[in-house]
Amino acid sequence: MISTLGAFVTKEIRHILRDRQTLTILLLMPLVQVVLFGYALRSDVRDVRLAIVDPSPDYATLELRNRFQAARRFKIVATERSISRIEPLFRKSKIDLVVSLDPDFAAHIEAGEPARVFIAVDASDPNTGSTMQAYARAVIAEYEQDLGAKGASAVRIAPEVRMRFNPTLESVNLFIPGLIALVLTLVSALMTAISLSREKERGTLEILLVSPLRPWQIIVGKVLPYLALAFANALTALLAAWLIFDVPFRGSVTLLLVECIIYSMVSLAIGVLVATLTATQRVAMLVALLATMLPSTLLSGMVFPLASMPRILQVLSNVVPAKWFIVVARGIMLKGVGLEHLWKETLVLTGMTMAFMIIAVRSFKARVA
Amino acid sequence: MTAPAAQPAELAIVAHDLTRRFGNFTAVDHITFDVKAGEVFGFLGANGAGKTTAIKMLTGLLAPSEGDARVAGLDLKTETEQIRQRIGYMSQRFSLYEDLTVLENIALYGGIYGLTDKQIADRSAAMLSTLGLTDEMVAKLPLGWKQKLSFSVALLHEPAIVFLDEPTGGVDPITRRQFWEMIYAAAARGTTVFVTTHYMDEAEYCDRISIMVDGRIATMGTPLELKEQWNVPSIDELFVRLARPT
Amino acid sequence: MTDPAVVVSDVTKRFGETLALDGISFEAHHGELFGLVGPDGAGKTTLFRILTTLQVPDSGAVTVLGLDVVKDLWAIRSRVGYMPGRFSLYGDLTVRENLSFFASVFGTTIEKGYSLIAPVYRQIEMFADRRADALSGGMKQKLALSCALVHRPDILFLDEPTTGVDAVSRREFWDQLGLLRESGLTIVVSTPYMDEAMRCDRVALMQEGRILQIDSPKEIGTRYPLPLVEVFGRDRYRLLLMLRKAPHAHSVYPFGTKLHFTDDRKNYDPAKVAAELRDYLAREGFQEVEINPIEAGIEDRFMDLMPPARRAS
Repeated sequence: MISTLGAFVTKEIRHILRDRQTLTILLLMPLVQVVLFGYALRSDVRDVRLAIVDPSPDYATLELRNRFQAARRFKIVATERSISRIEPLFRKSKIDLVVSLDPDFAAHIEAGEPARVFIAVDASDPNTGSTMQAYARAVIAEYEQDLGAKGASAVRIAPEVRMRFNPTLESVNLFIPGLIALVLTLVSALMTAISLSREKERGTLEILLVSPLRPWQIIVGKVLPYLALAFANALTALLAAWLIFDVPFRGSVTLLLVECIIYSMVSLAIGVLVATLTATQRVAMLVALLATMLPSTLLSGMVFPLASMPRILQVLSNVVPAKWFIVVARGIMLKGVGLEHLWKETLVLTGMTMAFMIIAVRSFKARVA
Repeated sequence: MTAPAAQPAELAIVAHDLTRRFGNFTAVDHITFDVKAGEVFGFLGANGAGKTTAIKMLTGLLAPSEGDARVAGLDLKTETEQIRQRIGYMSQRFSLYEDLTVLENIALYGGIYGLTDKQIADRSAAMLSTLGLTDEMVAKLPLGWKQKLSFSVALLHEPAIVFLDEPTGGVDPITRRQFWEMIYAAAARGTTVFVTTHYMDEAEYCDRISIMVDGRIATMGTPLELKEQWNVPSIDELFVRLARPT
Repeated sequence: MTDPAVVVSDVTKRFGETLALDGISFEAHHGELFGLVGPDGAGKTTLFRILTTLQVPDSGAVTVLGLDVVKDLWAIRSRVGYMPGRFSLYGDLTVRENLSFFASVFGTTIEKGYSLIAPVYRQIEMFADRRADALSGGMKQKLALSCALVHRPDILFLDEPTTGVDAVSRREFWDQLGLLRESGLTIVVSTPYMDEAMRCDRVALMQEGRILQIDSPKEIGTRYPLPLVEVFGRDRYRLLLMLRKAPHAHSVYPFGTKLHFTDDRKNYDPAKVAAELRDYLAREGFQEVEINPIEAGIEDRFMDLMPPARRAS
């Protein structure tokens, strides 16, 4: 039995290796996706239109203003004494960012009190919003440092940031887990569905059925090579994220990889299920796409925050495996938490794997009709 | 406007050194033959011997690499469009639209060949009555009826020559013979019938046949002549002898 | 193994509105080369799927090698060799890879099955490393047969194995089947070609889900109920039309360069039929015709057995 399974897996591996086109796509895809998404999402922030509000200009505020002037990224389009003049500019989208300096700025610094800077950012594009405010704070922090270096004690410039027009902040870091989920889904669900239904279309499935092979053996034989491929893809995607985009890896990489495997298995099971329920390759592909990619992109919290969705969609998202995986991945990568916090999500994913697998094997008929 | 019927003395098809290459591969290798008007000519050969390529050239679907031909009195290379008006074509692969009804299909092809509404109406009625069909979805018809209907539709615009590419296949012996009787009837009316088939027994229904092997015409003549010449009891035997590699 | 190898008992199978099999019954014996002959739509493939346990009949019972196809499917599946229509092979695997895969699926190896498949496999062995989709139709057919045989099945089911294959390969294939039958293997094969039916031990004529007759090819011919003569003359089409108008014409069909004329008078002497026809045709202006009594073949019988609505008017 083991050798039969082995022969099956060998055959599947041959199919995969010989389908050069698909293989190239599968191996390159995570790379391409990560890079594309990463760069596309992170739009180049240049020429940030800056408005400065300086009610009482002094040497400190002027110095700060000069620095902003000198910074290539910023373009000062307005300088006012009162913030009330700025508001309409914001609404008309004539400025991206406002730096509003406290009155008596220098006086506060000399007195050793915090000199406040109020920063308001147009964050309707969440990425650029966060980036712009980061730039602004960088300029300010540098000035703060320089002041401290000169010997003035306890200089503190306290920026207060308000992200306008967008309550939540999503940045490239937060996209990567979703991307990995997407890549895994694609390889696992889609390719398994296509492979199995291709066997059906070719007619070879009939011969396999009229043999001692049991349905579960056929399914496992189909699934194992794609599991390996999915794992390789996950590694590639993570490496790309780490090397190219400096996405943090604050938690255990091993745990992350294990979770990736579990998630792949759910997707594989779904792929098998789709193939057993559809008649042709083309339909299998479409259904697999609809059933996996769409929910994974829209309902998992990857692109659109779940918290801002209507209640019913939030409930629905619990059925989407990607949602749980993204929580896990974000937790491990960005927050550095371990299994003790993620056991619930892991359990859900494992449960889903088993459930889908059982349904898939059951619905894989040992007969044709 | 229908094509003028061919004169008995004319040759419906004349092919001279017709060749077709695909890259390095020569599918049809300098074939030369002619077909008399009103004849039933069987163009035989194994799958891959070049039959389908040859028929595609003669119907103007594929340009020859070399050689020339006259079809229905017109030059194949320069008068391809006019040839299309004078010939009909039917094949197993290219058939009627399954999701249209019988009459809709007839109207469609009638329109393509420029028949008037009255002509279409008259001929539709005649066809339904001859075939004993009612107007229904083509998908619902059994294979045999589809084949006969396809053939009738190919003759709708009264072409001088009709090309049939493997027209019968998978039907019962009676339906197959009924199809061949339709071919005979068409030939009796003066239509030239050029048919390819891999059923060797059907070869004997033809007036003359040619057998293609590896892109060339290996032999040609009436079935009786060939059986005598090669000393074989059937065309099937002849084919085996010609096709079996050394 | 004295039981019949295959027993089909009043089997019916429906697909939606279509009645694919309508009360089919027959038996195939061990070591027999049993043929199912009929056109598309006769129900052959459905029947094969039931015999190989891929489908379940709506009613009736089927046993293969004494085992019930519904209850004992796993026992049957390990002992059966199956070649479905369009011989399904893995095009992107080589000849040898295909063969060794199918061997391993049955828990065996090419070496263990070699002596059985050798007559067939030797003809394609030189292409062992060629991809299956680069083979010609005839070679694919031989590979598919080898794959079905490599695990030494007790019974072989071949569903239209010669479709789409040239005449030479068809003959060679049936030569192989003959050899296999001689080695004691039971073979059930379906075909739409009447001439292939002649090479079976017994034949079941199938049409539209029913069996018209079961017998050895020779018997089928001798059971022809009416006198049959063969007519040969020039102007075949006019001859055909004229013969149809002849008195006592039961049916007239083209058969190659000749015509088969069946008289509707049972037990009438065919020689007399021939003579009468000669006179009739002479009166109608047909000189130089040859008319001879002949024995009916499978095709004649098949057409005779078909429902009357189908006969040419």
